[in-house]
Amino acid sequence: MTNSADTIDKAAAEDTVVVAYPAPLLRIDTVTRRFGAHIAVDGLSLDIQAGEFFALLGPSGCGKTTLLRMLAGFETPDEGRIALNGEDIAAVPPHRRPVNMMFQNYALFPHLNVRDNIGFGLKTAGLTRAGIDERVAEMVALVKLDGLEKRKPDQLSGGQRQRVALARALARHPQLLLLDEPLAALDKKLREETQAELMALQRQLGLTFVIVTHDQDEAMSMADRIGVMKDGRLQQVATPRRLYEAPASRWVAEFVGDINMIEGDIRVRDAHRLTIEGRGVGTLFAVEPREAVSGDEVCLAIRPEKIRLSRRGLAPGLNHSGGMNSVEGVVSDVGYLGGRSIYRLKLDYGGMLRVALANTARLDVDSYGIDERVTAWFTPDDCVVLPR
Amino acid sequence: MSAKSLFSAPARRMAIAPYVWMVLFFLLPFGFVVKISLSQTVLAQPPYLPVFDLSGGMAGLRDAFAALSLDNFRALLADHLYVASYLRSVVVAFTSTVLLLVVGYPIAYGMARLPRRWQGVAMMLVIVPFWTSFLIRIYAWMNILQHDGLLNQVLLALHVVSAPVVWLSTDSAMYLGIVYSYLPFMILPLYATLAKLDPMLLEAAADLGVSRANAFWMVTVPLSWRGMFAGALLCFIPIVGEFVIPDLLAGSDAMMIGQTLWLEFFTNKDWPLASALAVVLLGLLLVPLLVYDRVQRRQLEHR
Amino acid sequence: MATHPLRLSRFNIVSLALGFAFLYLPIVILMIYSFNASELVTVWGGWSARWYVAFFNDGAMLDAARMSAGVAVVSATLATLLGTLAAVALTRGGGFRGRTLMSGMLYAPLVLPEVITGLSLLLLFVAVDAGRGFWTVTIAHTTLTMCFVTVIVQSRLAALDRSLEEAAMDLGRDPFRAFTAVTLPLIWPAVAAGWMLAFTLSLDDLVIASFTTGPGSATLPIRIYSEVRRGVKPEINAICTLIVGFIAMLIVLASLATKLSSSRAESAAPL
Repeated sequence: MTNSADTIDKAAAEDTVVVAYPAPLLRIDTVTRRFGAHIAVDGLSLDIQAGEFFALLGPSGCGKTTLLRMLAGFETPDEGRIALNGEDIAAVPPHRRPVNMMFQNYALFPHLNVRDNIGFGLKTAGLTRAGIDERVAEMVALVKLDGLEKRKPDQLSGGQRQRVALARALARHPQLLLLDEPLAALDKKLREETQAELMALQRQLGLTFVIVTHDQDEAMSMADRIGVMKDGRLQQVATPRRLYEAPASRWVAEFVGDINMIEGDIRVRDAHRLTIEGRGVGTLFAVEPREAVSGDEVCLAIRPEKIRLSRRGLAPGLNHSGGMNSVEGVVSDVGYLGGRSIYRLKLDYGGMLRVALANTARLDVDSYGIDERVTAWFTPDDCVVLPR
Repeated sequence: MSAKSLFSAPARRMAIAPYVWMVLFFLLPFGFVVKISLSQTVLAQPPYLPVFDLSGGMAGLRDAFAALSLDNFRALLADHLYVASYLRSVVVAFTSTVLLLVVGYPIAYGMARLPRRWQGVAMMLVIVPFWTSFLIRIYAWMNILQHDGLLNQVLLALHVVSAPVVWLSTDSAMYLGIVYSYLPFMILPLYATLAKLDPMLLEAAADLGVSRANAFWMVTVPLSWRGMFAGALLCFIPIVGEFVIPDLLAGSDAMMIGQTLWLEFFTNKDWPLASALAVVLLGLLLVPLLVYDRVQRRQLEHR
Repeated sequence: MATHPLRLSRFNIVSLALGFAFLYLPIVILMIYSFNASELVTVWGGWSARWYVAFFNDGAMLDAARMSAGVAVVSATLATLLGTLAAVALTRGGGFRGRTLMSGMLYAPLVLPEVITGLSLLLLFVAVDAGRGFWTVTIAHTTLTMCFVTVIVQSRLAALDRSLEEAAMDLGRDPFRAFTAVTLPLIWPAVAAGWMLAFTLSLDDLVIASFTTGPGSATLPIRIYSEVRRGVKPEINAICTLIVGFIAMLIVLASLATKLSSSRAESAAPL
């Protein structure tokens, strides 16, 4: 993580004010783009800091690719400004922007070999012939393609082609590198390796990366901050941790990762604690969120791994009067996933709860079986209260 | 603005040269055909009057305009010979197109069912004769169909006939020649449509109890009508104006309009009448041409 | 799109075999007879190359061959140039005023009967008092074959991956230079194939050449046609075989070149 993201995150958690905000490298200001009647990007504003690894995450059709293309220059915003280092670049054509893109299908020139592909952008970069050769050699070493310079794209493997595409995009030392679904075409093993390499590269070069992806795991593991988009608008911009543990809306909570939702009404607001009357569930306790919830209709969100199970009811001390949340139910389904198991509980009041428990012991001594009666319990701190 | 529009401005400029060329050498000449069709024949060089020549000034031009007349068109319609020629052309073109459909469809269908690797080769095999000289191919048939040619030799040897049959200078020979020459024009669009047909549809038909023969008529044929239409137009329109094939292979009693035009132009040196024939022919073909243009445009947009 | 082709039925195989035999048999027979030592088609006199010798000694025929070749080369080159420009304009130019007219004008020669186009061009040349001969035939052939080039290049352009041009722009080339550096090299086989098609069409054309040529300058098809009208001649067999062989060679070269470069373009994408 970069310092700026860390600082912002901690500051947000502690509710302190950060005095010095570095000026953003990229400022997207109320940008809108329409295609006929369809609004692809809707009044979107976003700041991206220099040296950040930023991810645009969202379902297909949410406008993330359109936004990326606007940054690259292949689309122009209908409204709003895009400023790079304070200068408006919305009208600058793509070949004059200090921004480069790594295309989803790599778009390697089939008639040129690796070296000419990488050096393609340098011919208009004002370097001498020697300078170009030097830069190309530098890039080849950076992405570890030594020895393959003379090959044509059809003679390379998928992973190798990706490196060429990356080297080509980095060759001009852009201020901003855009990556369009960079890992989509790779198989799982290669994907994990490439993720690590991309992160290392970004840190090493100190560049700003913006990637577009629909894959949550990709965004969460690589990015310093993630912008979740839906229907052309940003739903939340936060670090991966904050996005997961403190989602801003019900939609974000359900989009990122797995979650349980219990609907209810706030009965008591007391200091920083809320007492919620869950529908049929009974009384539940939660911590007041940073942004106070207006109205009393809420959803209590709890992640499956934050819930614990017990066969014989709560131990003394861990009960209602102690402020702990608990519900009773019966195991209806067990999904064994190797490292963990997902238990689906049919609760007494009628709802369903998903609980994720790590399988910490190899020998199956004590796991819960179907139709077994259990108590599920979770702390108020682990819940998130969201407007319904 | 978008990436597309960044290209379109320079791309549009590229249209200028071909555009000018086509206007000069395609559109403009038609104007001349119309003008000549309204003129009279003379024994002179050029063999028509009036000649539009600016040396006479405005008065000269006005006189020239006054000399234009529809005489040629009247002569055309009055003489039975010409009307018969048009009729014959349309009938021959129509019959040929049907024949081409019947012969070409099984071939295109067979091609579409070949394993993927062989389809490219098959298409190449169909195109090669097309690229090989048209005249040569007709001549090749003359070779075979002549009185003591190969076909008669084979038939005599097999005792199918007792005396050599006259093949050349008959309508049968002409139809054979037409089908032979235009087959690639029919096969290629048909094949393109049939190749895109989803084989799952036929499997679904079989699953629902439809026999293979019925499935062909109920599923394949209706879905390939677009290819049939394109192929039919691509053949019908040029066949109407055919000259070489009927001239070399058909009998000399009835002439198609292409032959009539040639005769009037080269033998009788009656340029105005020939032009009038061309104008009427163009008028006849206007509707199929417009239909073809519309089909062509929609094909391109679908891509 | 079909994922697995269906099995070939017996009917399919028979119709394919008959169909291709029908297409090729006459040409094969012609080629065989070009080596017939006997003058009569009915009698097989053994293998001989005498008709080829006769052709090479026939001055008039050779002149015609030379003119045909010249016209074909020049008109093919012109047609390829103009046709490629037109293809680019139609594929990348978006909608522009006169686009419908242009595509109509371009595709019409494909279907119009040749007698019409031939006659109209001749009348144009007479009206402007142009001397008819090599250049008028060349102009006529260019006009006729341009559309074939456009069709071929246009389909290749439409199939090209747009992101390649975008990548070139992203890497610093302005739209025009992106085109020349990336698009042009990749459509080259289509352009070459277009040239070859225009060449063979010009070489083969009879009707339009007859209308637009002048006294004294005859193309090869015109010569062949005037001989053939009087009946089958063995020397013609030899000429035809030569032409067929030449064109077949060109086609094989063309398809090899196309296959090489298109497979390279396809395999450059990921996967």
